[in-house]
Amino acid sequence: MSTATPSAPTNKLGMTKQDYVGSKSTLCAGCGHDSITGQIINAAFESSIEGHRVAKYSGIGCSSKTPAYFLNQGWGFNSVHGRMPAIATGASLANRSLINIGVSGDGDSMSIGTGQFVHAVRRNVPMIYIIEDNGVYGLTKGQFSATADKGSHLKSGAVNNLPPIDPCTLAIELGCGFVARSFSGNPKQLNAILKAAFAYDGTSVIDVISPCVTFNNHDASTRSYKHVKDHDFPLHDLGFIQYSEVEDVEIAAGETEIVTFPDGSKVAIKAIHEGYDPTDRYTAMKAIHESMQKGEFLTGLLYINPQNAPLPEVLNLVDEPLVSLSESAVKPSAEVLAAIMETLK
Amino acid sequence: MTATLASPSVSGGAKTRINDFSIQVATVNGSGSQTANTVLLRAIFQMGVFVSGKNLFPSNIAGLPTWFTIRASAKGYVARKATNEMLILMNPETAKEDIAKADAGALVIYDEPLQLDKLRTDLTYFPVPFQKLVTASCPEPKLHKLVKNMIYVGVAARILGVDMEEAKKAIAKQLKGKAKAVELNQTAAMAGYDWAMENLPDQDHIKVVRDNKTQGLIIVDGNEACALGALFAGVTVVGWYPITPASSLVETFIEYAEEYRKDPKTGKSNVAIVQMEDELASAGVVFAAGWAGARSMTSTAGPGISLMSEFIGLGYYTECPGVFFNVQRTGPSTGLPTRTQQADIEMCAKASHGDTLHINLYPGNMEECFQFSYDAFDLAERFQTPIFVMTDLDLGMQNWASKPFAYPDKPYDRGKVLDQQQLAEIQDWGRYKDVDGDGICYRSLPGTPGGKGAYFTRGSGHNDYALYSEKPEDYVAVVDRLRKKYETAKSYVPAPVFRNLGSDKGILAFGSSDPAVVEAQDILAEKGLKTDYLRLRALPFTAEVDAYVKAKQVVYVVEQNRDGQMTNLLREFYPEHATKFKNVLHYDGLAIDAKCIVDQINAFEQK
Repeated sequence: MSTATPSAPTNKLGMTKQDYVGSKSTLCAGCGHDSITGQIINAAFESSIEGHRVAKYSGIGCSSKTPAYFLNQGWGFNSVHGRMPAIATGASLANRSLINIGVSGDGDSMSIGTGQFVHAVRRNVPMIYIIEDNGVYGLTKGQFSATADKGSHLKSGAVNNLPPIDPCTLAIELGCGFVARSFSGNPKQLNAILKAAFAYDGTSVIDVISPCVTFNNHDASTRSYKHVKDHDFPLHDLGFIQYSEVEDVEIAAGETEIVTFPDGSKVAIKAIHEGYDPTDRYTAMKAIHESMQKGEFLTGLLYINPQNAPLPEVLNLVDEPLVSLSESAVKPSAEVLAAIMETLK
Repeated sequence: MTATLASPSVSGGAKTRINDFSIQVATVNGSGSQTANTVLLRAIFQMGVFVSGKNLFPSNIAGLPTWFTIRASAKGYVARKATNEMLILMNPETAKEDIAKADAGALVIYDEPLQLDKLRTDLTYFPVPFQKLVTASCPEPKLHKLVKNMIYVGVAARILGVDMEEAKKAIAKQLKGKAKAVELNQTAAMAGYDWAMENLPDQDHIKVVRDNKTQGLIIVDGNEACALGALFAGVTVVGWYPITPASSLVETFIEYAEEYRKDPKTGKSNVAIVQMEDELASAGVVFAAGWAGARSMTSTAGPGISLMSEFIGLGYYTECPGVFFNVQRTGPSTGLPTRTQQADIEMCAKASHGDTLHINLYPGNMEECFQFSYDAFDLAERFQTPIFVMTDLDLGMQNWASKPFAYPDKPYDRGKVLDQQQLAEIQDWGRYKDVDGDGICYRSLPGTPGGKGAYFTRGSGHNDYALYSEKPEDYVAVVDRLRKKYETAKSYVPAPVFRNLGSDKGILAFGSSDPAVVEAQDILAEKGLKTDYLRLRALPFTAEVDAYVKAKQVVYVVEQNRDGQMTNLLREFYPEHATKFKNVLHYDGLAIDAKCIVDQINAFEQK
């Protein structure tokens, strides 16, 4: 299976990191999205994700191209603008054994696809929902998106006069049980968040600030690499421990909070930001709003509730994936039809 | 004149129409009149008389006028008839206008205080003191409004000669054995009947006489028939959004799924049904589920298809299966949401931007609603493309007598899907390679283990290996192959059916127009004009359609829209015969009737 050199490290499946890569990126050199792609590859490799079970979904835009750049062993579906959530919903219901990764952008999810984002989160579709957030439309050459901060400037000099939509507070409001924000320039934090997201059963919304080096990286932009770097306030040091490793890892007592997932995996959260409790949505909301008012990007696992029932459970679906049910399991008998006909006479 | 017992028999002077008449009932919607009307219809049906019902209702919850017509036909004609022999007028708002529009000689049952009998002298009036009767027969004032309508069932039964035992049976069936409601309504119907026996004279205009035409038949609407087709086809993912007149299709499916699609051991469901936030999302769910290997569907009407069109193009170009029920209503825009039309023909033939051509099925009766719905899932998976099952409000929401549905024995056709072993054996698999030369490629399903078969589906330009490509030759190869696939479909879709009386003058119609066309053919033949009739059942046009168009001197295309949409498609696909097609159109929102077809064909013939 492995195509890399024998010396390359392998994970529990015997795979090398090379087994998790995709095609070559065609994005601009230095694009934040490519760093995110790199961390998806790392997290999937380190979490020993079975590649063939992965389904990757996207809408339209630069971000939506990226599923082609990771996990070639998984199936991909690059759909239409703003409609990735519906694709993820349909496929994840058809086959509940799939590991679903949706990649979207701020235009895709917070403008044209806001409705789909809202309802996928509300339904708790089992998927990692990554928003590669740069505040700008790249493919159409630099128009503002709905996450652009008020007062931010375009390269052309145009000023954004409208308030931004924040995907994280919106997701918390909608009852999402896994809401995170990260920065493409903070690979360690993003890696831990992604690994936790792989273990989470439900919608995990991850808003990753990912500067657009071509259209939104100038001094008057609030999404430039430098601006975000200067205003990134990590909430905590995150550690993720997969269920299979839980016994081997010693967690220091004291300031570290542990959140346990239904499968036994644990997230270790060591607070940097005092008084922030990521299991309490009210204090989380308050802290995020306060930081936004100061122009800061509070990053980390903003809110976590691993007990939210995902959609297939809400619908009380059979355990076996619907796609593998046999004809005899889904086609009622001739006697059933005859009985129905009798009631219509 | 007002019929009273002083004039012991009301005679029209003409021959009595036995089992051959239409009744129109005017009521207020939300008043329980639908139950009363269905009871009257069922009672006549149970007497062995062929009967059909059409509900003309408003887009409203309660308080607006609604009409229901019941047609009995000894000859088995079930289309709407343009004339009514009996009116039952319960709605003060419309009564005067209903009288003004009544056909001469009609019998009029009306609520006495309306005092309608002075309005015209060429009608026969049967005033009934409904309020007095309901007060006497129903102890609960709260229920008077609902029960009042059941009284006219008794009155009409008396006038028409309907057996009250059949009416009581119909009430029990309609109210599904809810003992108290059944008793209350049966009492009300009997009160109407008894009062009418004592106070109303006999009449010999129209009569119901026991017959044996309905033995073994069922009464069903098209939405239920389609829901049953989907149930037996084993649909596993349903994404939908409520819309008149398509909602009851999924809602009926949900009821059946509750009973027949649960795992007997765990009680868990083996079908996922999600009411989505809109039609766009519904279409996305359908295609993604199809892509993942499930049988998937949605049910909608024209406005929904408009919204879904973006996804429909994606499904067509990326080759994902999915079944789309379009229960057509009157457009454009919101149009008349509770009225019928066949005006999405061109839209669904080519839904979405760019070059698209879709397979469409046109069921024309209840058995076909069931069978075509079943077949649609096979076609979707065989052709890896959206399939449109095109019904309309007339088929979907009206009551139709039908033979019971035959069990679909044919095993499912799951199409060209490669499993792990097949993928391992293939050296050079490409998702969009036309290996068999029929335009249909082999697909793999997400989650297939073994390390082979993963591919990237995209709505952007792609080549045989599903890789992004902007090369002109790659683009042309894919869209030409999609066209080839459409050609292949010709030998899979249901062929047309014929009713040929022996003529080089042809009629071509489809869907809910069928009963009116059959009746029109008979009327024309009686007057000396024989016609052949091809009932189209699908797009693409098949070889039988080619031969018919070629052979006929003229083809009258009967359809329910303003612009002759099917004619437009025929002219596009048969340009050399373009002048043969003549439009016979009906598009006022009411169900099509035979007379309008006869009149238009006669007008062409006299030119």
